[in-house]
Amino acid sequence: MLKALNIDPGKCTGCLQCELACSFENEGVFNPSKSRIKVFNFHDQGRFVPYTCTQCDEAWCMHACPVDAISLNKLTGAKEVNDNLCVGCKVCTIACPFGTVNYNSATGKVIKCDLCGGDPECAKACPTDAITYVDADWTGLDKMRKWAAKTDAGQQAAH
Amino acid sequence: MAWARRILRVNLTKGTCTHEPLNMDWAKRYLGQRGLATKYLTEEIDPKVDPLAPENKLIMATGPLTGTCASTAGRYSVITKGALTGAIACSNSGGFFGNEMKNAGLDMIIFEGRAKAPVYLFIDNDDCRLLDASGYWGTSVWDTEEGIKEAHGDAQIRVASIGVAGEKGVKFACVVNDMHRAAGRSGVGTVMGSKNLKAVAIRGTKGVSVDDMPTFLKAVTAGKKVLAENAVTGQGLPAYGTQVLMNVINETGALPTRNHRDIQFEGASKISAEAMAEPRESDGKPNLIRNAACFGCTIACGRISSVDRTHYTVVDRPQYQKASGGLEYEAAWALGAATGVDDLDALTFANFICNEQGIDPISFGATVGAAMEMFEDGIITTKDTGGIEVKFGSARALTDLAELCGRGEGFGAEIGLGSKLLCEKYGKPELSMSVKGQEFPAYDGRGIQGMGLTYATSNRGACHLRSYTVASEILGIPEKTDPLVTDGKAGLVKAFQDATAAVDSAGICVFTTFAWTLEDIAPQIDAACEGDWSVEALLATGERIWNLERQFNLAAGFTGKDDNLPPRLMKDAAKTGPAKGLTSGLDKMLPEYYQLRGWSKDGVPTNETVSRLGL
Repeated sequence: MLKALNIDPGKCTGCLQCELACSFENEGVFNPSKSRIKVFNFHDQGRFVPYTCTQCDEAWCMHACPVDAISLNKLTGAKEVNDNLCVGCKVCTIACPFGTVNYNSATGKVIKCDLCGGDPECAKACPTDAITYVDADWTGLDKMRKWAAKTDAGQQAAH
Repeated sequence: MAWARRILRVNLTKGTCTHEPLNMDWAKRYLGQRGLATKYLTEEIDPKVDPLAPENKLIMATGPLTGTCASTAGRYSVITKGALTGAIACSNSGGFFGNEMKNAGLDMIIFEGRAKAPVYLFIDNDDCRLLDASGYWGTSVWDTEEGIKEAHGDAQIRVASIGVAGEKGVKFACVVNDMHRAAGRSGVGTVMGSKNLKAVAIRGTKGVSVDDMPTFLKAVTAGKKVLAENAVTGQGLPAYGTQVLMNVINETGALPTRNHRDIQFEGASKISAEAMAEPRESDGKPNLIRNAACFGCTIACGRISSVDRTHYTVVDRPQYQKASGGLEYEAAWALGAATGVDDLDALTFANFICNEQGIDPISFGATVGAAMEMFEDGIITTKDTGGIEVKFGSARALTDLAELCGRGEGFGAEIGLGSKLLCEKYGKPELSMSVKGQEFPAYDGRGIQGMGLTYATSNRGACHLRSYTVASEILGIPEKTDPLVTDGKAGLVKAFQDATAAVDSAGICVFTTFAWTLEDIAPQIDAACEGDWSVEALLATGERIWNLERQFNLAAGFTGKDDNLPPRLMKDAAKTGPAKGLTSGLDKMLPEYYQLRGWSKDGVPTNETVSRLGL
């Protein structure tokens, strides 16, 4: 089963444990500035929104790369950057419509979410299940279930 | 590892910024943050110095766990000689500033001297500069934080700043970071203002590591599980915040009301967590928008609130109609019960102003309560207050005074003296509900006897966070004791004081201790840091820190006579509730406390104690 990250901003408290876990997995230190997932704080509205690569099928970054440094991991569906091939040209950062591929000046390579090879650390670190790793074909299942429970509420009340 | 092993010394008089290595011998004896910065401060300043003189220093300090993935590990503290108290001051804050400081490779920033004109410190990793802050002087914390981010074109900068109150010398001014997290008490923001230092802005991207990573990750994961499974940290605090306490403490008969005249507030339920969740009439939305976490916190007790748009305080003032930091228990108590005001929106608005202009809502609300009592007794009249009817229960008086105090204007400037100086000024010193010049927080020492001893002996003046015996006396953590008796409280207070001093020095939040004991905490620190950080070592460190702070205060001129409570708590019996008829039994607890501490009957650490602790 192919899985995908499923983000529910309503559950996010803005604690940044996902950024800590991501940076540790990829850089070996706790460093939110090097995280592939980022939590945005819309302070005036009281909203926190985690955001990262959604692993597009027709991945703009992959198509744009001139040296074929970004490739599909068929097991996870992730688009992964091969550091040995990446030349740091940043064309992928321009191509990505969502801004989720970014340049790392410390290494001269680009960084993006690779789903940690199929066991994403951000989802494991999230204390509120705002980030989960679920069946890619059914990311809407929990929302459907919630609404389904309301569907026959009228009939139940009639009984 | 864990420690960045580097500090930044900023001489504001000379305009210099210099990195120097952290004194690791001291780090191994005082851990970090509160303890380690106190060691630096006591080595570097004369305890008798005027808190507002250039010779006083101000230290911002992280702990060794700050910036790691341990739960709540984003804390930093501001340590100085307090403007409100003249005692050692250490105010602890969450938010995200501490993590950013650590990621710039800094355990501490030591500010000394005084700048000739307003400046702010800008740090971009190793690049540290003092920049002109004249454009921000006279503006609020909120405008300063947004202005600095805009000026540098970097929304990811973290800022800690003072508002107008800190510039104007309001004695209980805070340092506020991330818009509404504050190093709140004792006037640390006043000291910052006296140095002409408006703000510290940091961008840090270096990363944080620890000594033994595999062991650390294991200990941290176990710790997070304990927090998640505990009823207080896993359910109560995320859902209700610290405000979960309002109705509980009121029923306990320990909710100080109208300047401690009463210890139960008839309006408590209207300003409680439950009230914050009730949909309001105007728009059907509750005051509480959601809970929020500080850096790395898996509890997330923070409140994000909004004021009812039809409320008199915010009509035609869109900047206050947005979401911002909502009421915590202490603020709700001080702005509400202490003043007899039960208008939730007025309290929320006053709390916004406290954040916006950087004033401590505890000392502010308590001082307004004292002013209200003097107004009702005819000691203060509208001639003194500029026409404001400073009556108990008046929401309008509360919110007007919050705005005036925040700007240091009119009668607000007198409120900004703090209750001790204000009440002395009007010849009623006994009406100041304070110890060592700092106002009581939200627990009455008659209804919770351990808290009376806690306040009397707290090194930074009256404070609940120095030994939160409420945990034991009311909540039964780690074990239940009777709040109405004095037996055993001396030992309880000492144990809480020593453990808390260690926790405050580590980089984590004291709220973890609703669930964690030192048995949960020690393995995390021990794995992160070089050296032995067993439970025993942490307790010894905590006791060493406590005595170091005590020695500073004694050298500053305090004596055992300052370990006291106002006559109201010692002589006026509680009128209602379970504590009805009781006064504080401080005189029964204090001698035993001194003995357990290894202090003389005058409250001075004996030579034996000093040498045992290696001070």
